[in-house]
This record gives sequence, C-alpha cells and structure tokens, in this order.
Amino acid sequence: MSKTDHVPHTVPRKSATFDDYTMSEIRRAAATGIYDIRGGGTKKKVPHFDDIQFLGASMSRYPLEGYREKCDTSVVLGARFAKKPIELKIPVTIAGMSFGSLSAQAKEALGRGASAMGTSTTTGDGGMTAEERGHSKTLVYQYLPSRYGMNLADLRKADAIEIVIGQGAKPGGGGMLLGQKISPRVAQMRTLPEGIDQRSACRHPDWTGPDDLEIKIEELRELTDWEKPIYVKVGAARPYYDTALAVKSGADVVVLDGMQGGTAATQEVFIENVGLPILAAIRPAVQALQDLGMHRKVQLIVSGGVRNGADVAKCLALGADAVSIGTAALIAIGDNDPALEAEYAKLGTTAGAYDDWHEGLDPAGITTQKPELASRLDPIKAGRRLANYLAVLTLECQTIARACGKSHVHNLEPEDLVALTVEAAAMAQVPLAGTSWIPGKNGY
Amino acid sequence: MPNVDLSTTPLRDLNAALHALAADTNETHWVVENPAGRHAIAVGVDVPVQIEINGHVGYYCAGMNDAASIVVNGNAGVGLAENMMSGMVHVKGDASQAAGATGHGGLLVIDGNASARCGISMKGINIVVKGSIGHMSAFMAQAGALVVLGDAGDALGDSIYEARLYVRGTVKSLGADCIEKPLREEHVEELKSLLAAAGVEDVAPDEFRRYGSARKLYNFHVDNVDAY
Repeated sequence: MSKTDHVPHTVPRKSATFDDYTMSEIRRAAATGIYDIRGGGTKKKVPHFDDIQFLGASMSRYPLEGYREKCDTSVVLGARFAKKPIELKIPVTIAGMSFGSLSAQAKEALGRGASAMGTSTTTGDGGMTAEERGHSKTLVYQYLPSRYGMNLADLRKADAIEIVIGQGAKPGGGGMLLGQKISPRVAQMRTLPEGIDQRSACRHPDWTGPDDLEIKIEELRELTDWEKPIYVKVGAARPYYDTALAVKSGADVVVLDGMQGGTAATQEVFIENVGLPILAAIRPAVQALQDLGMHRKVQLIVSGGVRNGADVAKCLALGADAVSIGTAALIAIGDNDPALEAEYAKLGTTAGAYDDWHEGLDPAGITTQKPELASRLDPIKAGRRLANYLAVLTLECQTIARACGKSHVHNLEPEDLVALTVEAAAMAQVPLAGTSWIPGKNGY
Repeated sequence: MPNVDLSTTPLRDLNAALHALAADTNETHWVVENPAGRHAIAVGVDVPVQIEINGHVGYYCAGMNDAASIVVNGNAGVGLAENMMSGMVHVKGDASQAAGATGHGGLLVIDGNASARCGISMKGINIVVKGSIGHMSAFMAQAGALVVLGDAGDALGDSIYEARLYVRGTVKSLGADCIEKPLREEHVEELKSLLAAAGVEDVAPDEFRRYGSARKLYNFHVDNVDAY
C-alpha cells in the first residue's frame, strides 16, 4: 500500500452505555455534588399502551354505530361506603397537583376545564386554595404525610378525600418544593419560612401500615359524617398487595399511579429507577379486586402516561374504572409549548424537554410562583383548552368502545386486546397478537 | 347536660350529634361514658362546647378539634388531637404515639407521659406534657411550642423548622439540625403563659432549656450531607 492510498477509518462511535446524556450527568454530578432534580415522570422507553392493540368487531362481534348508538361514559366513584358518591360524566379525572408546584392560574384552569366536562380535579401537597375550590365542581382533597394546609373546614368542603401513600414517579418518596417556589403565599399555606427547601415526609405522621390505615379511614369518615368517598392512592410498586390492603383498610376507591406519572420535583434517579410502568400494574390490581369480590365495587383509577382516548380505552379494558391525567393536562393548558421556544432556549433547554419545574421559571406560567410569569396563563382560555382535550379523549375512547361493540366504556374487556410485544403480552396478560399465547399463563 | 353512654349508643350517633351543634348551642357540656378504647371519639367538633370523656380512648380522640374543650379522664391512644385547629384537649393519663401530630392551633395538655413522635410535624399547636416524651418527638416540627416537664427521648426535634421546644429534664439526644438555644425573656413569658394554661403552678420557667432549629438544613448544601 503506497503512502498516497486512502486508509479506511471506522467512524467515531459513542458508547451505548456511556451515551451523551449519561456522560453529561456524570460531569454535572462531579461539578455540583448533588443529585439531579427535575419534574415529570420517566423519560426512558418502557412497555406502554402503544404495545397494545384493540381487535375491534368483525364477524363474531357487532360494532355500534358511531354518533347514533349510545356509548355511555359515566362513572360512579365511592358507592361502597360514602353517602355521597362522586358521579362523573367522563372516565378521565385530573390528578393531584399542588398549589405551590403549580401557579394559582394553572390550578384555576384545571378546575375550569374539568368542571366544564363534568369531571373532578384534585388538590396536592399544599392545601386547598379558594381558586381551585371555587372553579372545581368536583374537588378531591388530598390527605398527605405533610398535612400542609390541612384543616377541618376544607376537609368538609371537599367532595372526596384521597389518602396519598405514594405516587408513580417516586413510590416511597415524599414531596419536594425547593426554595425558589416557596413564595409568601405558599409559605403561609404550608406554615413554613419563605425561600427554604421544603422536603416533606414520605410516611404519614400518625399511622403506619394497613391496620392503622383502617383506623385512620374510620376517623376521616367520622370527621366528615360518612359522606365523602375515601380514595387511597399508591405508586405502582406491589399493586396486587397494595390494592388488596387498601380494600381491606376500607377504601372506596384505589388510585394506582405508574412510573410515567409526573411529579413536581424529585431526584432523576428516583423517577427513572423506582416503580413500575402502569401497563404492568393494572392487571395485578384488578386481580386483587376480583379475588376479593370487589371489582367494580371498589373503583380503580389508574394513571401514568395516559395521552389519548386509546390509552383511556386500554386502561378501562384492562379493568380500571377511570383514569387520571396530570402531565397531559399540563400540556393541554400550555406546558412545553413550541411557541415559547426562544424562552426555553434561554433556560438551556428546548420545548418538549423542559422539566426544571422546581426552579419556578416556567415561561408558560404553569409551574411557577412568579407573578409576572403566572399572569401569562389565562385561566379561562387554558381551561377551555383542557375541556377540549378532555372531550377528544372521551370521543376517542367512545370510538374504540363502539368499534368493539360496547354500549358503555366499562364493557371493554381484556378479550378485546392483544399485545404487539412479548413484554406487553406478559405485563397486560393479553395474548401476543396472532397467537393465543399469554406469557406466564398455562405453564408457558 | 347530654350524657352519652358508648356502651349503648353507637359512636356514629355521638359524633353526628356533636357535628350538628350550632355555635350558640345551649348544650355546652357533654359527658361521654364507657369509651372503652373506641377510636375517633369526639373528632371534628367545631363549636366551643365542653366534652368530658370518662375512661380510656383509642386512636385519634379529638382529631382535628376546632374550638371544643375536651377532657379525657383516662389514657389516650395514637394520634391524640391530631391536626387540632383550636380549642383545648386535656388528657389526665398517658398518651400514645403521635400526640398532637400536625396540630395547627389550640392547646394539648397531657398530665402523664407521651410516647414517641409527640408533636410530630406540629404547625402551631401548643403542647404541654407534664411527664416525659418518647423518641423522635417534634420531628419536622414547623411551628408552636412543646413544653415537657420531664425528659425527652432520642432525636428530639429532628429536622425541626420554627417550633420552640422547652424541656425541664434531660434530653437523651437531639435530632439533626436541632440545637439548644438561649432562653430569652419572650420564651420565659411564653412558658409562664403555657404553664398557667396547663394548670402547672409549682414549676418555674427558668427550670427549662430551650431547643430549636440551627437552620442549617433549610437549603440543601452538599457539606451537610452527613446530617441526612
């Protein structure tokens, strides 16, 4: 080979293990000495509803006529013990998000949008604000380990009480709201000094375990004269046992949140490495309800990565009674809008990737307590966008349900589903498409 | 004077009757007999009536109390007066864990001892314990005062915010970010007032030491990582 001959080189190759993001995180950790904190849910690809397919009707199933034959979407929650169960027009609720993590305008928008569509919204780790109570026809009041802002008058104003044991983004973790967002009003509501980093407790202060929880639920029922449904919310971890124990403790409703579910702020390592994808959690929870003879008597609300009406329909087909949305609701009201790209760029990020919600600098005015940013969000217009989005979710879910021949979305069932991957087939316990194989069943 | 015997009257009826009272009710003094350790007795009372319970109570007695004055002639179970908003709760015997947990206001007086986690996450309630308190008391205590005439167990005031802790006896150990602080004139005045409200006459404020937050954990710094 002469000197002038071209010597082939391999192209530069980056490690799949040490990819750009991983290396940037190592450099960030080395420079700062603190874990990375962010908002949102998992960003890694996990088996999800995209891996599930409806079969639809054909020779052996009759479909219903779209827009002509009725497909009911109503849901009743909490009829097990509560004198005043919740009646929703659609099977999609708004998940708990605190005033503090969100601006008052964002909370108002969520209340307006949910109320317009006949569904509920939920408080968060920071108490109930007058804005959200005023604009939410049906409001679920979260009962959290911190008990920030918890008081008797608000408890009695709530339409339901949700005892939070965990959330999908961080099963086993407590709340976190960093100093930048502890504004005077947030500090006052939480009885904390302004500007401190607030890391709230992960365990309830006055009960531990399912036997105590049963007594706590009795107290909450006595406090509210047995009127209000009591929900128990758990992060997807051990869904069979958690659901069974919640039922044993006297819950009216179990709320199950997968790892795609968002948080206002927590450690990246926690978000990405603890908890189950919601797809893997629904069937064990439903199995627990069925084993106890309580399926459809204790309602199951699932959440974590619900994006469209197909996702809603898949949750219901797997046995849930309703779903809850958080991240999708924030996107609907304006979070991560590409129209704000220039401002995201100034923050060192890009529309669609912005997750430093704990810093309180959200250009969309949603995850902030800065008045000049929060005032950018028009709660009436944003509420309308959420209502539109909820309407689309419902129409899409009905479209699929009718195609499967169902006159109520709750009539969707696992038999309507197949999986596109072996993993999804195993997790959702439905057959791999084109086969009768459900991994883990019948000895296979 | 309504007299409710819980051996014959369901608890639900008692609590429903207490919740139905108007603020200007003439039925201002209630007596409850045979509580027999039942849970959730006299919870959520939001009118200024007096309730006297003759016997031991279970979990969450006087929970979320808002204005009532409740006396327990006996011992109390877990979560006594949890999340109290206002009013007064007085237990003549001992109290179990998490007495006064997350309380926002009012006065809780325990004549005997209180167990672990007394005043956990307290948010403005004042608590006077005439005996001693168990471990992890005043964990993450945010506001209010905890006065202990006896001793405190391990890890008092761990991760405390702005609550004020006064202990007359020994403290087995202080929790993370909790330190002894000087007893200034305003603290003497506060102690005088709380001791008087609790009916303590033979103890002087200067017999107490004060503990509170070093405020080093208010904003995370990697150099404090050993505290976690």
